[in-house]
Amino acid sequence: MDKIINFEHKQSAHCENGVVSNLMKFYGIEISEPMVFGIGSGLFFSHMPFLKVNGIPVTSFRPLPGVIFKRISRRLGIKFEKKKYSKPDKAMSELDKNLDKGIPTGMLVGVYHLTYFPDPYRFHFNAHNLVVYGKKGDDYYISDPIMDKYETLTYNELKRVRYAKGLFAPNGHMYWVKESPEKAKLEKAIIKGIKHTCKDMLTIPVPMFGVKGIKFLSRKLRNYPKKLGARKAASYTGQIVRAQEEIGTGGAGFRYMYGAFLQEASEVLNNPELKDLSFEISDIGDKWREFAVITGRIVKNRNKVDESYDAAADLLLKIANMEEAFFKKLKKAIS
Amino acid sequence: MKSTDVPQDDANMLQGKFKEPVYSLDENGNYTTVKSVGWDPKNEVMQEAWDVINEKVEATREKVLAGELSPIAFHLENNLMDVSLLAKYMGFWKWKVKRHLKPKHFNKLNDEVLEKYAEVFDISKDELMDFTKFTKK
Repeated sequence: MDKIINFEHKQSAHCENGVVSNLMKFYGIEISEPMVFGIGSGLFFSHMPFLKVNGIPVTSFRPLPGVIFKRISRRLGIKFEKKKYSKPDKAMSELDKNLDKGIPTGMLVGVYHLTYFPDPYRFHFNAHNLVVYGKKGDDYYISDPIMDKYETLTYNELKRVRYAKGLFAPNGHMYWVKESPEKAKLEKAIIKGIKHTCKDMLTIPVPMFGVKGIKFLSRKLRNYPKKLGARKAASYTGQIVRAQEEIGTGGAGFRYMYGAFLQEASEVLNNPELKDLSFEISDIGDKWREFAVITGRIVKNRNKVDESYDAAADLLLKIANMEEAFFKKLKKAIS
Repeated sequence: MKSTDVPQDDANMLQGKFKEPVYSLDENGNYTTVKSVGWDPKNEVMQEAWDVINEKVEATREKVLAGELSPIAFHLENNLMDVSLLAKYMGFWKWKVKRHLKPKHFNKLNDEVLEKYAEVFDISKDELMDFTKFTKK
Protein backbone atom coordinates (compact mmCIF):
# COMPACT_ATOMS: atom_id res chain seq x y z
CA MET A 1 0.00 0.00 0.00
CA ASP A 2 1.44 3.34 -1.02
CA LYS A 3 -0.35 6.43 0.11
CA ILE A 4 0.87 9.93 0.75
CA ILE A 5 -1.55 12.44 2.19
CA ASN A 6 -1.17 16.03 1.07
CA PHE A 7 -0.03 17.32 4.45
CA GLU A 8 1.73 20.61 4.94
CA HIS A 9 4.68 20.42 7.30
CA LYS A 10 5.74 23.48 9.21
CA GLN A 11 8.62 23.59 11.66
CA SER A 12 7.83 24.83 15.13
CA ALA A 13 9.80 25.17 18.33
CA HIS A 14 7.85 22.74 20.49
CA CYS A 15 6.51 19.35 19.39
CA GLU A 16 3.18 19.35 21.18
CA ASN A 17 2.16 22.80 19.91
CA GLY A 18 3.57 22.05 16.49
CA VAL A 19 1.60 18.86 15.96
CA VAL A 20 -1.66 20.52 16.97
CA SER A 21 -0.93 23.54 14.78
CA ASN A 22 -0.04 21.38 11.75
CA LEU A 23 -3.04 19.06 12.22
CA MET A 24 -5.45 21.99 12.55
CA LYS A 25 -4.06 23.52 9.39
CA PHE A 26 -4.86 20.28 7.57
CA TYR A 27 -8.49 20.70 8.67
CA GLY A 28 -8.59 24.28 7.47
CA ILE A 29 -7.94 26.13 10.72
CA GLU A 30 -4.94 28.44 10.84
CA ILE A 31 -3.64 28.63 14.37
CA SER A 32 -0.07 29.55 15.17
CA GLU A 33 2.26 27.75 17.53
CA PRO A 34 2.26 30.54 20.16
CA MET A 35 -1.54 30.58 20.03
CA VAL A 36 -1.73 26.84 20.70
CA PHE A 37 0.80 27.25 23.49
CA GLY A 38 -1.03 30.14 25.15
CA ILE A 39 -4.53 28.65 24.90
CA GLY A 40 -3.15 25.35 26.17
CA SER A 41 -1.59 27.21 29.17
CA GLY A 42 1.83 25.83 28.33
CA LEU A 43 3.85 28.25 30.46
CA PHE A 44 4.73 26.92 33.88
CA PHE A 45 7.48 26.49 36.40
CA SER A 46 8.20 23.65 38.78
CA HIS A 47 11.16 22.49 40.80
CA MET A 48 10.84 19.11 42.48
CA PRO A 49 13.95 18.18 44.47
CA PHE A 50 12.63 14.73 45.38
CA LEU A 51 11.95 13.79 41.76
CA LYS A 52 15.27 12.96 40.15
CA VAL A 53 16.30 12.02 36.63
CA ASN A 54 19.81 10.56 36.39
CA GLY A 55 20.31 11.61 40.00
CA ILE A 56 19.54 15.29 39.35
CA PRO A 57 16.41 17.07 40.67
CA VAL A 58 13.90 17.98 38.00
CA THR A 59 13.24 21.59 37.12
CA SER A 60 10.67 22.18 34.43
CA PHE A 61 9.28 25.15 32.53
CA ARG A 62 6.21 23.36 31.20
CA PRO A 63 3.35 21.20 32.46
CA LEU A 64 3.48 17.42 32.10
CA PRO A 65 3.45 16.08 28.53
CA GLY A 66 -0.03 15.86 27.05
CA VAL A 67 -1.50 18.62 29.20
CA ILE A 68 -1.28 21.39 26.58
CA PHE A 69 -2.84 18.98 24.13
CA LYS A 70 -5.75 18.18 26.41
CA ARG A 71 -6.45 21.82 27.21
CA ILE A 72 -6.30 23.09 23.66
CA SER A 73 -8.68 20.42 22.39
CA ARG A 74 -11.16 21.17 25.17
CA ARG A 75 -10.93 24.93 24.78
CA LEU A 76 -11.28 24.97 21.00
CA GLY A 77 -13.75 22.10 20.76
CA ILE A 78 -11.54 19.78 18.73
CA LYS A 79 -12.35 16.11 19.26
CA PHE A 80 -9.51 13.63 19.03
CA GLU A 81 -9.71 9.87 18.77
CA LYS A 82 -6.99 8.29 20.92
CA LYS A 83 -5.81 4.70 20.91
CA LYS A 84 -3.15 2.57 22.55
CA TYR A 85 -2.27 -0.95 21.51
CA SER A 86 -0.76 -3.78 23.48
CA LYS A 87 0.51 -5.44 20.29
CA PRO A 88 3.07 -3.45 18.26
CA ASP A 89 2.13 -5.08 14.95
CA LYS A 90 -1.50 -4.15 15.51
CA ALA A 91 -0.46 -0.56 16.27
CA MET A 92 1.28 -0.48 12.90
CA SER A 93 -1.55 -2.07 10.90
CA GLU A 94 -4.07 0.32 12.47
CA LEU A 95 -1.83 3.19 11.42
CA ASP A 96 -1.83 1.83 7.85
CA LYS A 97 -5.62 1.72 7.89
CA ASN A 98 -5.73 5.37 8.98
CA LEU A 99 -3.33 6.44 6.25
CA ASP A 100 -5.38 4.52 3.72
CA LYS A 101 -8.41 6.55 4.75
CA GLY A 102 -6.40 9.75 4.31
CA ILE A 103 -6.14 10.59 8.01
CA PRO A 104 -2.87 12.20 9.12
CA THR A 105 -2.14 10.53 12.43
CA GLY A 106 -0.33 11.96 15.42
CA MET A 107 1.60 9.79 17.80
CA LEU A 108 3.87 9.70 20.80
CA VAL A 109 7.36 8.31 20.39
CA GLY A 110 10.63 7.91 22.27
CA VAL A 111 13.48 10.11 21.13
CA TYR A 112 16.40 7.80 21.86
CA HIS A 113 16.02 5.63 18.76
CA LEU A 114 14.81 8.40 16.47
CA THR A 115 17.33 7.98 13.66
CA TYR A 116 17.11 11.48 12.19
CA PHE A 117 17.63 13.23 15.56
CA PRO A 118 21.01 14.85 16.31
CA ASP A 119 22.98 12.50 18.59
CA PRO A 120 23.64 14.99 21.42
CA TYR A 121 19.87 15.23 21.94
CA ARG A 122 19.12 11.52 21.94
CA PHE A 123 18.09 10.81 25.53
CA HIS A 124 15.46 8.37 26.75
CA PHE A 125 12.66 10.90 26.54
CA ASN A 126 9.36 9.33 25.58
CA ALA A 127 6.84 12.09 25.12
CA HIS A 128 7.82 13.40 21.70
CA ASN A 129 5.01 14.06 19.22
CA LEU A 130 4.99 13.69 15.46
CA VAL A 131 2.54 13.15 12.61
CA VAL A 132 2.68 10.27 10.14
CA TYR A 133 1.10 11.28 6.86
CA GLY A 134 2.14 8.68 4.34
CA LYS A 135 3.71 5.38 3.46
CA LYS A 136 5.71 4.29 0.45
CA GLY A 137 7.10 0.78 0.37
CA ASP A 138 8.68 0.23 3.79
CA ASP A 139 9.03 3.95 4.52
CA TYR A 140 6.70 6.07 6.60
CA TYR A 141 6.54 9.80 5.92
CA ILE A 142 6.96 11.80 9.09
CA SER A 143 6.15 15.39 9.90
CA ASP A 144 8.20 16.00 13.03
CA PRO A 145 7.49 19.54 14.22
CA ILE A 146 11.02 20.23 15.37
CA MET A 147 12.59 19.33 12.00
CA ASP A 148 12.88 21.75 9.03
CA LYS A 149 11.48 19.30 6.52
CA TYR A 150 9.73 15.97 6.44
CA GLU A 151 11.61 12.81 7.44
CA THR A 152 11.11 9.11 6.84
CA LEU A 153 11.34 6.09 9.14
CA THR A 154 11.20 2.44 8.14
CA TYR A 155 8.50 0.14 9.49
CA ASN A 156 10.86 -1.29 12.10
CA GLU A 157 12.30 2.09 13.10
CA LEU A 158 8.84 3.55 13.63
CA LYS A 159 7.66 0.49 15.54
CA ARG A 160 10.68 0.74 17.79
CA VAL A 161 10.16 4.38 18.78
CA ARG A 162 6.43 3.78 19.31
CA TYR A 163 7.31 1.11 21.84
CA ALA A 164 10.10 2.88 23.69
CA LYS A 165 10.18 1.89 27.36
CA GLY A 166 10.52 3.82 30.60
CA LEU A 167 8.85 6.96 31.96
CA PHE A 168 5.87 8.02 29.76
CA ALA A 169 6.23 4.87 27.64
CA PRO A 170 4.02 5.58 24.62
CA ASN A 171 2.67 2.01 24.17
CA GLY A 172 1.83 2.75 20.55
CA HIS A 173 -0.36 5.71 21.50
CA MET A 174 -1.78 7.44 18.45
CA TYR A 175 -4.40 10.12 17.91
CA TRP A 176 -6.21 11.85 15.11
CA VAL A 177 -8.84 14.54 14.62
CA LYS A 178 -12.35 13.14 14.75
CA GLU A 179 -14.24 16.38 14.75
CA SER A 180 -12.98 19.89 14.29
CA PRO A 181 -14.91 23.16 14.48
CA GLU A 182 -15.46 25.07 11.23
CA LYS A 183 -13.80 28.12 12.65
CA ALA A 184 -11.76 28.47 15.80
CA LYS A 185 -13.44 30.68 18.41
CA LEU A 186 -10.32 32.16 19.87
CA GLU A 187 -11.57 34.92 22.19
CA LYS A 188 -13.00 32.79 24.99
CA ALA A 189 -10.26 30.20 24.65
CA ILE A 190 -7.53 32.83 24.98
CA ILE A 191 -9.03 34.24 28.17
CA LYS A 192 -9.40 30.76 29.64
CA GLY A 193 -5.82 29.94 28.73
CA ILE A 194 -4.43 33.13 30.29
CA LYS A 195 -6.50 32.75 33.47
CA HIS A 196 -5.26 29.22 33.94
CA THR A 197 -1.62 30.23 33.49
CA CYS A 198 -1.98 33.08 36.01
CA LYS A 199 -3.53 30.65 38.47
CA ASP A 200 -0.73 28.12 37.96
CA MET A 201 1.97 30.72 38.39
CA LEU A 202 0.49 32.58 41.35
CA THR A 203 -1.74 30.46 43.53
CA ILE A 204 -0.72 26.81 43.77
CA PRO A 205 -0.34 26.43 47.54
CA VAL A 206 2.84 24.33 47.41
CA PRO A 207 6.31 25.89 47.31
CA MET A 208 7.46 23.85 44.30
CA PHE A 209 5.29 25.46 41.63
CA GLY A 210 4.93 28.77 39.83
CA VAL A 211 6.53 31.92 41.20
CA LYS A 212 6.95 30.24 44.60
CA GLY A 213 8.85 27.48 42.87
CA ILE A 214 11.36 29.95 41.43
CA LYS A 215 11.96 31.40 44.90
CA PHE A 216 12.31 27.89 46.29
CA LEU A 217 14.89 27.04 43.64
CA SER A 218 16.77 30.25 44.42
CA ARG A 219 17.12 29.17 48.08
CA LYS A 220 18.22 25.67 47.10
CA LEU A 221 20.71 26.89 44.53
CA ARG A 222 22.42 29.22 46.97
CA ASN A 223 23.33 26.18 49.09
CA TYR A 224 24.35 23.88 46.25
CA PRO A 225 28.14 24.44 46.46
CA LYS A 226 28.20 24.00 50.24
CA LYS A 227 25.93 21.00 50.22
CA LEU A 228 27.05 19.18 47.10
CA GLY A 229 30.64 20.18 46.33
CA ALA A 230 31.81 21.91 43.17
CA ARG A 231 31.26 19.22 40.60
CA LYS A 232 27.80 18.08 41.62
CA ALA A 233 26.61 21.64 42.23
CA ALA A 234 27.58 22.47 38.65
CA SER A 235 25.65 19.44 37.35
CA TYR A 236 22.53 20.40 39.31
CA THR A 237 22.68 23.99 38.10
CA GLY A 238 23.42 22.98 34.52
CA GLN A 239 20.27 20.86 34.49
CA ILE A 240 18.12 23.94 35.17
CA VAL A 241 19.49 25.63 32.08
CA ARG A 242 19.16 22.47 30.02
CA ALA A 243 15.44 22.45 30.83
CA GLN A 244 15.20 26.18 30.22
CA GLU A 245 16.85 26.15 26.81
CA GLU A 246 15.83 22.64 25.75
CA ILE A 247 14.80 22.13 22.13
CA GLY A 248 11.27 23.36 21.82
CA THR A 249 11.17 26.14 24.37
CA GLY A 250 11.78 28.80 21.74
CA GLY A 251 14.29 30.32 24.19
CA ALA A 252 14.21 31.37 27.87
CA GLY A 253 11.96 28.59 29.13
CA PHE A 254 9.03 29.42 26.80
CA ARG A 255 8.94 33.05 28.01
CA TYR A 256 9.61 34.45 24.53
CA MET A 257 7.00 32.18 22.97
CA TYR A 258 4.50 33.38 25.54
CA GLY A 259 5.28 36.95 24.50
CA ALA A 260 4.47 36.06 20.91
CA PHE A 261 1.17 34.62 22.13
CA LEU A 262 0.27 37.76 24.09
CA GLN A 263 1.02 39.92 21.08
CA GLU A 264 -1.29 37.84 18.90
CA ALA A 265 -3.89 37.76 21.67
CA SER A 266 -3.83 41.54 21.98
CA GLU A 267 -4.91 41.79 18.32
CA VAL A 268 -7.65 39.17 18.63
CA LEU A 269 -9.08 40.69 21.82
CA ASN A 270 -8.29 44.24 20.79
CA ASN A 271 -6.54 44.71 24.11
CA PRO A 272 -3.45 46.98 23.93
CA GLU A 273 -2.48 46.14 27.50
CA LEU A 274 -1.60 42.62 26.41
CA LYS A 275 0.78 44.05 23.86
CA ASP A 276 2.65 45.99 26.55
CA LEU A 277 2.82 42.83 28.61
CA SER A 278 4.18 40.93 25.60
CA PHE A 279 7.25 43.21 25.75
CA GLU A 280 7.52 42.85 29.51
CA ILE A 281 7.71 39.05 29.33
CA SER A 282 10.44 39.39 26.70
CA ASP A 283 12.46 41.41 29.25
CA ILE A 284 11.83 38.70 31.84
CA GLY A 285 13.02 36.16 29.28
CA ASP A 286 16.22 38.19 28.91
CA LYS A 287 16.78 37.81 32.67
CA TRP A 288 16.42 34.03 32.34
CA ARG A 289 19.01 34.16 29.57
CA GLU A 290 21.28 36.13 31.89
CA PHE A 291 20.84 33.37 34.45
CA ALA A 292 21.90 30.88 31.76
CA VAL A 293 25.04 32.90 31.05
CA ILE A 294 26.09 32.79 34.71
CA THR A 295 25.32 29.08 34.81
CA GLY A 296 27.36 28.48 31.66
CA ARG A 297 30.32 30.02 33.46
CA ILE A 298 29.75 27.96 36.61
CA VAL A 299 29.59 24.79 34.54
CA LYS A 300 32.71 25.68 32.61
CA ASN A 301 34.69 26.08 35.85
CA ARG A 302 33.04 23.04 37.34
CA ASN A 303 36.05 21.68 39.15
CA LYS A 304 36.38 24.56 41.57
CA VAL A 305 33.66 26.25 43.58
CA ASP A 306 32.55 29.24 41.62
CA GLU A 307 31.65 32.43 43.40
CA SER A 308 28.74 33.07 41.07
CA TYR A 309 26.20 30.93 42.94
CA ASP A 310 25.07 33.87 45.04
CA ALA A 311 24.70 36.05 41.98
CA ALA A 312 22.70 33.29 40.26
CA ALA A 313 20.42 32.84 43.28
CA ASP A 314 19.90 36.61 43.56
CA LEU A 315 18.97 36.76 39.90
CA LEU A 316 16.44 33.95 40.31
CA LEU A 317 14.83 35.82 43.18
CA LYS A 318 14.66 38.93 41.03
CA ILE A 319 13.06 36.94 38.20
CA ALA A 320 10.51 35.48 40.64
CA ASN A 321 9.51 38.95 41.77
CA MET A 322 9.30 40.19 38.19
CA GLU A 323 7.11 37.25 37.22
CA GLU A 324 4.88 37.70 40.24
CA ALA A 325 4.22 41.32 39.28
CA PHE A 326 3.81 40.33 35.64
CA PHE A 327 1.18 37.65 36.20
CA LYS A 328 -0.77 39.87 38.57
CA LYS A 329 -0.94 42.54 35.87
CA LEU A 330 -1.85 39.93 33.27
CA LYS A 331 -4.69 38.64 35.40
CA LYS A 332 -6.03 42.16 35.76
CA ALA A 333 -5.66 42.89 32.06
CA ILE A 334 -8.15 40.23 31.05
CA SER A 335 -10.65 40.48 33.87
CA MET B 1 15.34 39.59 23.01
CA LYS B 2 15.86 41.36 19.73
CA SER B 3 15.99 39.27 16.56
CA THR B 4 19.42 40.66 15.78
CA ASP B 5 20.68 39.38 19.16
CA VAL B 6 19.71 35.73 18.62
CA PRO B 7 23.02 33.90 19.12
CA GLN B 8 24.58 31.68 16.48
CA ASP B 9 27.23 29.79 18.47
CA ASP B 10 27.80 26.52 16.70
CA ALA B 11 29.19 23.63 18.76
CA ASN B 12 27.79 21.05 16.37
CA MET B 13 25.12 20.03 18.89
CA LEU B 14 22.51 19.86 16.12
CA GLN B 15 24.93 18.19 13.68
CA GLY B 16 23.59 20.32 10.85
CA LYS B 17 20.30 18.42 10.94
CA PHE B 18 18.13 21.45 11.65
CA LYS B 19 18.20 24.86 13.30
CA GLU B 20 16.13 25.80 16.30
CA PRO B 21 13.53 28.56 16.03
CA VAL B 22 13.99 31.18 18.74
CA TYR B 23 11.20 33.69 19.37
CA SER B 24 12.36 37.28 19.38
CA LEU B 25 11.34 40.85 18.55
CA ASP B 26 12.08 42.34 15.14
CA GLU B 27 12.93 46.03 14.51
CA ASN B 28 9.20 46.94 14.50
CA GLY B 29 8.54 45.28 17.84
CA ASN B 30 6.77 42.30 16.31
CA TYR B 31 7.46 38.78 17.47
CA THR B 32 9.08 36.51 14.93
CA THR B 33 11.26 33.41 14.92
CA VAL B 34 14.94 33.36 14.05
CA LYS B 35 16.66 30.05 13.44
CA SER B 36 19.67 29.45 15.60
CA VAL B 37 22.47 26.87 15.44
CA GLY B 38 23.17 27.19 19.15
CA TRP B 39 24.16 29.32 22.11
CA ASP B 40 27.34 29.06 24.18
CA PRO B 41 25.80 28.69 27.67
CA LYS B 42 23.48 25.99 26.36
CA ASN B 43 26.32 24.22 24.54
CA GLU B 44 28.28 24.34 27.78
CA VAL B 45 25.59 22.68 29.92
CA MET B 46 24.90 20.08 27.24
CA GLN B 47 28.59 19.24 27.04
CA GLU B 48 28.81 18.92 30.82
CA ALA B 49 25.90 16.44 30.84
CA TRP B 50 27.66 14.38 28.18
CA ASP B 51 30.97 14.54 30.06
CA VAL B 52 29.28 13.01 33.10
CA ILE B 53 27.84 10.23 30.96
CA ASN B 54 31.12 9.59 29.16
CA GLU B 55 33.07 9.38 32.41
CA LYS B 56 30.63 6.77 33.66
CA VAL B 57 30.92 4.81 30.42
CA GLU B 58 34.74 4.87 30.62
CA ALA B 59 34.77 3.76 34.27
CA THR B 60 32.47 0.86 33.42
CA ARG B 61 34.62 -0.10 30.44
CA GLU B 62 37.61 -0.39 32.76
CA LYS B 63 35.65 -2.60 35.12
CA VAL B 64 34.58 -4.90 32.32
CA LEU B 65 38.18 -5.19 31.15
CA ALA B 66 39.24 -5.96 34.71
CA GLY B 67 36.69 -8.77 34.83
CA GLU B 68 34.59 -7.14 37.55
CA LEU B 69 31.53 -6.58 35.40
CA SER B 70 30.01 -8.21 32.31
CA PRO B 71 29.81 -6.45 28.92
CA ILE B 72 26.12 -5.88 29.60
CA ALA B 73 27.09 -3.36 32.28
CA PHE B 74 29.09 -1.43 29.68
CA HIS B 75 26.37 -1.42 27.03
CA LEU B 76 23.83 -0.40 29.64
CA GLU B 77 25.83 2.75 30.41
CA ASN B 78 26.72 3.29 26.78
CA ASN B 79 23.00 3.32 25.93
CA LEU B 80 22.24 5.82 28.71
CA MET B 81 20.13 3.24 30.51
CA ASP B 82 19.76 2.16 34.10
CA VAL B 83 18.90 -1.32 35.36
CA SER B 84 15.22 -0.56 35.60
CA LEU B 85 14.96 0.70 32.01
CA LEU B 86 16.98 -2.21 30.62
CA ALA B 87 14.78 -4.62 32.57
CA LYS B 88 11.72 -3.11 30.88
CA TYR B 89 13.26 -3.46 27.41
CA MET B 90 14.18 -7.07 28.20
CA GLY B 91 10.90 -7.95 29.87
CA PHE B 92 12.81 -9.21 32.93
CA TRP B 93 12.67 -8.44 36.61
CA LYS B 94 15.33 -6.01 37.78
CA TRP B 95 17.15 -8.59 39.92
CA LYS B 96 17.61 -10.76 36.87
CA VAL B 97 19.28 -7.99 34.89
CA LYS B 98 21.43 -7.14 37.91
CA ARG B 99 22.69 -10.73 37.98
CA HIS B 100 23.60 -10.53 34.30
CA LEU B 101 25.93 -7.64 35.07
CA LYS B 102 28.20 -10.11 36.83
CA PRO B 103 30.61 -12.03 34.56
CA LYS B 104 29.87 -15.29 36.38
CA HIS B 105 26.19 -15.21 35.40
CA PHE B 106 26.75 -13.57 32.03
CA ASN B 107 28.96 -16.46 30.92
CA LYS B 108 26.11 -18.88 31.53
CA LEU B 109 23.48 -17.03 29.49
CA ASN B 110 21.85 -18.94 26.65
CA ASP B 111 21.82 -17.75 23.03
CA GLU B 112 18.25 -16.59 23.12
CA VAL B 113 18.81 -14.17 25.99
CA LEU B 114 22.07 -12.95 24.49
CA GLU B 115 20.37 -12.29 21.15
CA LYS B 116 17.75 -10.25 22.93
CA TYR B 117 20.30 -8.15 24.79
CA ALA B 118 22.18 -7.58 21.54
CA GLU B 119 18.98 -6.46 19.83
CA VAL B 120 18.17 -3.98 22.61
CA PHE B 121 21.71 -2.56 22.39
CA ASP B 122 21.59 -2.40 18.60
CA ILE B 123 24.65 -4.62 18.16
CA SER B 124 25.22 -8.19 17.00
CA LYS B 125 25.49 -11.12 19.40
CA ASP B 126 29.15 -11.54 18.42
CA GLU B 127 29.84 -7.93 19.33
CA LEU B 128 28.18 -8.48 22.69
CA MET B 129 30.29 -11.56 23.39
CA ASP B 130 33.59 -10.22 22.12
CA PHE B 131 34.39 -7.08 24.08
CA THR B 132 37.65 -6.35 22.23
CA LYS B 133 35.75 -4.13 19.80
CA PHE B 134 34.79 -1.87 22.67
CA THR B 135 38.14 -1.64 24.41
CA LYS B 136 38.77 1.83 23.05
CA LYS B 137 36.55 4.51 21.66
